[in-house]
Amino acid sequence: MTPRKKRRLMMLLAGLVFLGGAAALVLTAFQDNIVFFHSPTDLKTKQVSAKQRLRIGGLVEDGSVKKDESGKTVHFKVTDLTNSVDVSFTGILPDLFREGQGVVAEGHFANGLFTATDVLAKHDENYMPPEVAEALKKSGQWKDTSAQKQKAPDK
Amino acid sequence: MITESGHFALALALFVALAQSGLGLYGARRGDDALMRCASGAAVALMLLTLVSFGALTYAYVVSDFSLVNVATNSHSAKPMLYKISGVWGNHEGSLLLWVTILALFAGAVVLFGRHLPPLLKARVIAVQGLVAGAFLAFILFTSNPFMRLARPPLDGNGLNPLLQDPGLAFHPPFLYLGYVGFSMAFSFAIAALIEGRVDAAWARWVRPWTLAAWVFLTLGIALGSWWAYYELGWGGWWYWDPVENASFMPWLAGTALLHSALVVEKRDALKSWTILLAILTFSLSLLGTFLVRSGVITSVHSFASDPGRGMFILAMLTAVAGGSLTLYAFRAPALKAGGLFAPLSREGGLLLNNLLLSTAAGTVLLGTLYPLFVDALGGGKVSVGAPFYNAVFVPIMIPLVAAMAVGPLMTWKRTDLLGILSRMKFVVAATLLTGIAVWVLAGGRLGDLASAGGMALAAWLFLGSLWEIGERSMLFRASGPEVVARLKQIPLAAWGMTLSHAGLAIMIVGIVGSSAWMEERIQNMKVGETAKLHDVEIRLDSVSEVPGPNYAALSGTFVLLKDGKEYQRLSPERRQYRQPPRPTSETAIHSTLLGDYYTVIGEEAPGGGYVTRFYWQPLIAWMWAGALIMSLGGLVSLFDRRHRIGAPQGSRKS
Repeated sequence: MTPRKKRRLMMLLAGLVFLGGAAALVLTAFQDNIVFFHSPTDLKTKQVSAKQRLRIGGLVEDGSVKKDESGKTVHFKVTDLTNSVDVSFTGILPDLFREGQGVVAEGHFANGLFTATDVLAKHDENYMPPEVAEALKKSGQWKDTSAQKQKAPDK
Repeated sequence: MITESGHFALALALFVALAQSGLGLYGARRGDDALMRCASGAAVALMLLTLVSFGALTYAYVVSDFSLVNVATNSHSAKPMLYKISGVWGNHEGSLLLWVTILALFAGAVVLFGRHLPPLLKARVIAVQGLVAGAFLAFILFTSNPFMRLARPPLDGNGLNPLLQDPGLAFHPPFLYLGYVGFSMAFSFAIAALIEGRVDAAWARWVRPWTLAAWVFLTLGIALGSWWAYYELGWGGWWYWDPVENASFMPWLAGTALLHSALVVEKRDALKSWTILLAILTFSLSLLGTFLVRSGVITSVHSFASDPGRGMFILAMLTAVAGGSLTLYAFRAPALKAGGLFAPLSREGGLLLNNLLLSTAAGTVLLGTLYPLFVDALGGGKVSVGAPFYNAVFVPIMIPLVAAMAVGPLMTWKRTDLLGILSRMKFVVAATLLTGIAVWVLAGGRLGDLASAGGMALAAWLFLGSLWEIGERSMLFRASGPEVVARLKQIPLAAWGMTLSHAGLAIMIVGIVGSSAWMEERIQNMKVGETAKLHDVEIRLDSVSEVPGPNYAALSGTFVLLKDGKEYQRLSPERRQYRQPPRPTSETAIHSTLLGDYYTVIGEEAPGGGYVTRFYWQPLIAWMWAGALIMSLGGLVSLFDRRHRIGAPQGSRKS
């Protein structure tokens, strides 16, 4: 083998080792850390483990936002306009959280209550998370807002 | 009138860009000097036209010309001047105009400062820049024109998203774009070299300063964005592994790899086709970043409402750029002459390891970012990949990288004696072990503290190892004082820059480890006069008052931090209600010290009285921003190295 070929082979082997290592890392990390998205209807119809971390999305139901006495914990309902799920969250909600707005929350679901550890904030009030739009479309409640968008072009 | 000339300049720019690429490519093929000079002229014209266009849009924002759709949707007459101007790039159309203006500025800079460039290479570089600029100009003109008029202009505008009305964010996009677009230079040089079929030391010497400049800007841009998220969004964190953040991080990783591999091409004439490939990938990742941010295909905390048509256009462009250039690469790369040989244990080997690790890191971030799209396309349902995934994958890749970083600069080219280096560095090894043990004991000596102790030891290893290299070069403690000074003076700026950047990363690691290991969070309801504990202070809510602002009304709380019962600091976070658009934001108040940040947020009044307040103790976080600054400063220092300024000298001087 010429030195050049030898070096090539060595580099190739090193590359493969890295690729293999990275693949192993990624696969194990994927196994433990992927978070599935559920709509309120999914939570009604499917079984989910209380240990599994998951995301839910939909609209914050009008008139459902209630704070406890101290204001630290907030209860609200997330709906896909067919079904809704109770959510509780302790902390300060993102600034753009409002009734009637799209929302994505991450946490655990047990005994009919979704305990959120994160409520995702959006920078833009016209923004609808794609999962939320999908959940609304699935439940047949999707209203096309593009006509309204054209009047006020998005950012 | 001024806006019309801006619009016209933009349309004209599209054709100038097309001429620039056509004339450049054809002229270089025929070796026709006149045609190539025309391409250079076109590049300067393109630069002026885009500047006129950008100036016209800025003017429309400054005078609040609400007859433009773009101004009416994104600005408001009551906005402070700084945010009227930053509003120009605070929206989709304007930010793309900024993008293409920067692109044209870079191409113009090649013409103006590239007198020593080989004429054929120069013409082709300019042509490729013209091609990219043309694509972006078409995108702006056909899908996102900022100069659209309204038939009936409103009396006042909708205003800029208040979260964006912030000095940190005013400068974040331009820096980020200077970085993204700066990598287009490396891309253009790579394509030009592929067409020419020649890559040599002179080529690398040309590419490096451009890549370095882009890298400095991108580093600053990412740091600014992260800093903004830290103090503005009020959740106490600084990195979320969000797709939009990843979008800027992937080109940074690839660009960092490119900087190092170009070094091998320059000094040792090796890794040539790999470097070309990296240059292509880096710019493709920059384009992908734009696509991810602008198309909204992935749920992100930063996503803005978007239009799928635009996403399709960028996706098509991305396919053309990445696909086209990779095809060209597949055909032409085998023609590149292979360069010098080296042993695996050598400086080249070290840089190769750096490249392997950095590109693996970029690859895993890419995989994590796009994985939800794949799963969805394959019908696997909606999933999201969050911080736990990235932490699990990224940290194991970074540990060997940082460990090798301290030793790499001490290695010699061609072959090196690693054991010899380690035995020379025994002081550093000992200090690293001591740091690790000291941190572990201080943190409490539990098994769970081993990870943070290891992180701190790694930071010490990198910091001291980087300084050690300068120490060895100058024969510190071994030669006489004047000789050391003379030797220090001889060290090229590029070497100083490297030391600064590497040490900067070490300082950054201190901040990252500190804030992720020992952060404290407190959420509570407080009435005026009540106190709460945070780390080593007590915080008393002194008063809450209504404060008017220029375009908002604010609820301002005054907190007094008490250390050992004595007043130590006062902080006044606000909760602002903006008038246009009507939206609340939280303004945090932070007291920063070298040991950590006291971070306070005030929320709404609770139904039962009192206010929801949130406090964070963020240990050592200031080190992270300082480290990022030092890193980019290192890049800047290296940029001023004489060897970069002279450009490509004849032949390749070995060093």
